[in-house]
Amino acid sequence: MGLKQIELTVNGFSSPFLVQSDEVLLFTLRERLYLTGTKEGCNQGTCGSCTVLLDGKPVLSCMTPTLRCVGKKIITIENISSGDTLHTVQKYLVEKGGLQCGFCTPGVVMTMVPFLEENPNASREEIKEGLSGNLCRCTGYKKIIDAVENAAEEMRS
Amino acid sequence: MSGPIGKPTPFIDAVQKVTGQAMYAGDYRMPNMLYVRFLRSTESHAIISKLDTSEAESYPGVCAVVIGKEIPISFGVLPISPDENAIAIDKVRYKGEIVAAVAAETIEAAREGAKIIQVEYEPIRLFLEPEDSLETCAFHEQIHSHTKNGKNIHKTAELRFNEPEKEIKTAAHVRREKFKFAGVTHAFTEPHSTIAVWNGDDTLTVISATQVPHYLHRNLAKVLGLPMHSIQVKKPALGGGFGGKSDPFPHEIITAYMAMKTKRPVKCTFSREEVFITNHGRHPTEIDMSVSCDQNGKITALDTDIIIDGGAYGSFGVVTSYYNGVLLQGPYRINKFGFRTRRVYTNKPQCGAMRGHGAVNPRYAVEVMLDMLAHDMNMDPCDLRINNFLPENTLTVGQLRITSNGVRECLDTVRMKCDWDNRYGKLPSGHGLGVACGFFISGSALPIIWNRYPQTVVHAKLDFDGRIVMFSGASDIGQGSDTVLVQIAAEELGITMGHVQVEVADTKITPVDLGSYSSRVTFMVGNAAKTAATKVREEMAKAIAKEKGVIAENLIFNNCRIYTKDETVDLSWEEGVEIALAGRGAFVESGYYISPKLGGTFKGAGAGLSPAYSFGAFISEVKVNPNTGEVNVIKIWGAHDCGKALNPLSVEGQIEGSIHMGLGQAMSEELRYKNGQQMNANFFDYRIPSSLDTPDMDITIIESNDAEGPYGAKEAGEGPIHPVLPSIGNAIYDAVGIRMMELPITPDKVLSKLRGGE
Repeated sequence: MGLKQIELTVNGFSSPFLVQSDEVLLFTLRERLYLTGTKEGCNQGTCGSCTVLLDGKPVLSCMTPTLRCVGKKIITIENISSGDTLHTVQKYLVEKGGLQCGFCTPGVVMTMVPFLEENPNASREEIKEGLSGNLCRCTGYKKIIDAVENAAEEMRS
Repeated sequence: MSGPIGKPTPFIDAVQKVTGQAMYAGDYRMPNMLYVRFLRSTESHAIISKLDTSEAESYPGVCAVVIGKEIPISFGVLPISPDENAIAIDKVRYKGEIVAAVAAETIEAAREGAKIIQVEYEPIRLFLEPEDSLETCAFHEQIHSHTKNGKNIHKTAELRFNEPEKEIKTAAHVRREKFKFAGVTHAFTEPHSTIAVWNGDDTLTVISATQVPHYLHRNLAKVLGLPMHSIQVKKPALGGGFGGKSDPFPHEIITAYMAMKTKRPVKCTFSREEVFITNHGRHPTEIDMSVSCDQNGKITALDTDIIIDGGAYGSFGVVTSYYNGVLLQGPYRINKFGFRTRRVYTNKPQCGAMRGHGAVNPRYAVEVMLDMLAHDMNMDPCDLRINNFLPENTLTVGQLRITSNGVRECLDTVRMKCDWDNRYGKLPSGHGLGVACGFFISGSALPIIWNRYPQTVVHAKLDFDGRIVMFSGASDIGQGSDTVLVQIAAEELGITMGHVQVEVADTKITPVDLGSYSSRVTFMVGNAAKTAATKVREEMAKAIAKEKGVIAENLIFNNCRIYTKDETVDLSWEEGVEIALAGRGAFVESGYYISPKLGGTFKGAGAGLSPAYSFGAFISEVKVNPNTGEVNVIKIWGAHDCGKALNPLSVEGQIEGSIHMGLGQAMSEELRYKNGQQMNANFFDYRIPSSLDTPDMDITIIESNDAEGPYGAKEAGEGPIHPVLPSIGNAIYDAVGIRMMELPITPDKVLSKLRGGE
């Protein structure tokens, strides 16, 4: 154990960081970069609230050692919408009521954005499958699934 | 209505939440901040024989170590059972109870400091199950010294009307059944988190994930010995509550105390395991219930004896005890009615309020028993229910005042939508339908702490910029109360929602609201907000009428314009604002809500009183695999009478979320203990439904337009959970002919029943 100096590329910007060698990415993002959009719901890899993109793939940042992220591109919720424009997935989550308390929502966005890029023709059942690692206690998932279906349709056209 | 009321309206904070900008308690950080960690008890019931913090105090980075004796004043959300201390004093009552707290420069230092505190315990007799607590024990063995007769019974709630026990002995059709329900927990996604700042002016600011800033405010003052005017409690964005953040909590008090002691900002955020062991969830429950009917299928009596396992402390338990009984007075007319609920203390984390508070488990029991009676009498279960519904505008036997009541329309709707009459009892084996109804309060008519104040006050401020700011203590916990405040102001003033902003849930800035519990917010805060906004309109109209020489009542506020019908006056909103504020500047109007005086005069008459009640009817469709015992809930039709849906998008969301939570309790959720140790304090082992478990949902909002609700609105957040569980239980009977008398309905229990076991 001990401190390591590394360079991380977060949301398109590279900077040096001093991190603990057993540190997880969730801690680095929230406590060192103060990027608090990524949420800690369980720190046990069970709820999906801490999902971020590592080289475009969704990972649970609470289960990802920060040292493994060196040389990779980390994208967090803060980088998903550009300026005033929401990502299509975000837009429909808002419009369709696909969030209530909102705590799981960043994780849902970070899971569904790459999911729809990989599965543009996903069926409702496939969307349910894709969402199954993200726990939501408020919505009963229905309006999240509705929103993702709508987003898929718009992204296809 | 021409404004946003009644239209599906995305939440005003949705963009912030979907982009990760919304600030939850755990996202706050202050300069020079300390972190708190705890030493928690490894014993379920024991005397603390040694507690030595000296080593911890000198651990590098540790700034303060606190033990129970430093914060000796007890507290609790109910003033009748303030039985908890922020930190255990002299003895511990459950595994996981806080024994000492450490504040340090880093989380690691706080954790390490807590680890090296030396503690020794002398175990005393354990009371892990309700039957243990009903036995007589020695005084020194009692969990709390205040319980009577050498037992660990916290509360016995009992009401009886018209001798139901006599009727049950002689009625034409009688059922007596026993039910057992596992304890379940809220499992909100945001762990508890609190930040406390001791300000330079000797005031305390606490930012906390709470549903009840007001009760936290009061309890902080009591325990910390501070005047109430020195305390500010703020609720930031909140990641779900469901009743699990509706008590003042030890960690909130400790964090605040640490800030006072160290004069530095202090933060405490729970791990998921700590959230589980803090619990405050639904009580494990055992129900012995008798229901009788006459020849024609009229319910003649209900009598029930209930034991609820409260865990180590009181929380809302006295209320829970009453709710288990009194909320069975609807939606059916039952004139001979009795219940006794005993809440026992056990050496486990405490139980408290959870969505559908107190009424979910007995609702399962009564709805399953009505299904049984219908079968006994060869009646359709829907018809039996219709035969017994309370009408509108009536009193129940315990003098609950029923006003608007859409239950018949709810049942007719789901019955029609699922094609019940052609499908019920006729589906192939393993495939079934089940029906159940629901009934819940729309806000408790009585405040928790008796006082002469209104239950809520809302201020509406108008200033030169044309903006309305709604000041309300209401706590948006994800249900969308902030959005409703904005909708109401926009509706009353004929302006866009963009003209309206909120300042909410800040005990320094906002007038008191009692909190987000008992499904009270839309009804009470909605009424107060409507009054405040209406008064702003009237005040503006008065000024404009005077200046323009027209009658104030003839001015129409609509579409960002203020005009008379004949258009002799036709002003933009901004022009109207300028006239209204001329010579006086910004003004504030106030609205409040006080529940009408309700109820009887007998002891216990206050329990379950509400200015209005919600109703509902749900039908579930299931498939049961006879080889594995697995139950698949395919579809749920839900109709809920919320009076008037101010925001149909969020009403639907509440009903769908209730289905999720009801499904979880019915099928998979259960807090498991071994020797008092919680065995599944994580989301792997405590299974809440995932997206894959979600059935198809067909939701219908029924609008009975309550005469006293704002625009006719009643509650939607809790009522819809009640019918979910028994509709599933009854559908399993239709599918495979077995009665599930224990929840959760896991495959092993189904299989055992299918094989003829009990």
